[in-house]
Amino acid sequence: MTLLDIATTVDARGLSCPMPIVRTALAVKSLQPGALIEVLATDPGSQRDFVAWCRSTGHVLVGQTADGPVYRFLIRRK
Amino acid sequence: MTRTAPTEAPKTTPAPPFDPIAAAIADVEGLAGVDPIPAPFAEAFGAPEERAKPRDLVIICYSGDLEKTWAALILATTAAASGVTTRIFLTFWGLQTFVKDERRITGQNWMQRMLSFMQRPGISHRKLSKMNFLGMGPWMMGTLARRYHVASPKELLDMALVLGVELMPCQMTMDMFGLTRDDMIDGLGEPVGAATVVELLANGAAPLFI
Repeated sequence: MTLLDIATTVDARGLSCPMPIVRTALAVKSLQPGALIEVLATDPGSQRDFVAWCRSTGHVLVGQTADGPVYRFLIRRK
Repeated sequence: MTRTAPTEAPKTTPAPPFDPIAAAIADVEGLAGVDPIPAPFAEAFGAPEERAKPRDLVIICYSGDLEKTWAALILATTAAASGVTTRIFLTFWGLQTFVKDERRITGQNWMQRMLSFMQRPGISHRKLSKMNFLGMGPWMMGTLARRYHVASPKELLDMALVLGVELMPCQMTMDMFGLTRDDMIDGLGEPVGAATVVELLANGAAPLFI
């Protein structure tokens, strides 16, 4: 058992706008409401984009960290 | 999400190292029954249940230029991924983009055929509005896009169809260029006219003319 029950991970490392968002949107569709999705990205613009995307879709951005060049986002499906 | 509670001797287990993400999730879960979004997040992320439905988006894809087609498809895929109902109206040179790539010459009469000969239709044969240099410009753009992992217009188009973007070809342009449904890519909607677009805009859809 882990503290974070991550349902799926989207590896968008190396991808440019808008693919991290597009891939995440497609992955979220297959999840149950309330499920957690983890996104890994290297596009610096994604830091703001995921905040905006969560605001417009209603999913909850529960956490956002930067590990060197890799940004990690944890999003809970609405 | 279910989390099984430890049944015996929970205090003997070592505390996990502090993880800000885990802490954030614990905050969210602890407050789940009271407030779906804890106060620090509420301002940053907004309250989803109070928000009105976002406006629909209508992109009028008028230009057949490579860079403008690219921009239109980036915005369309992002809007659809953000839950915005997105439609692209394909008209004039923008319609040529959505002819099947393998069609070389289209049209019924010599003028229509000549136009398709001078400007090859298909999403993989777009020209830059500036610095085309007989295909040198688009070739460099494509090479740079691959190097920097930017999705090509073709990939974005496939993604747009998966995301449910509605592509509406312009009936008048199809007639003028002598294009048939068989010339066009799969996944296009029924041909429509300007009145369909005007109605969508009059009902509040956000317009983009690209």
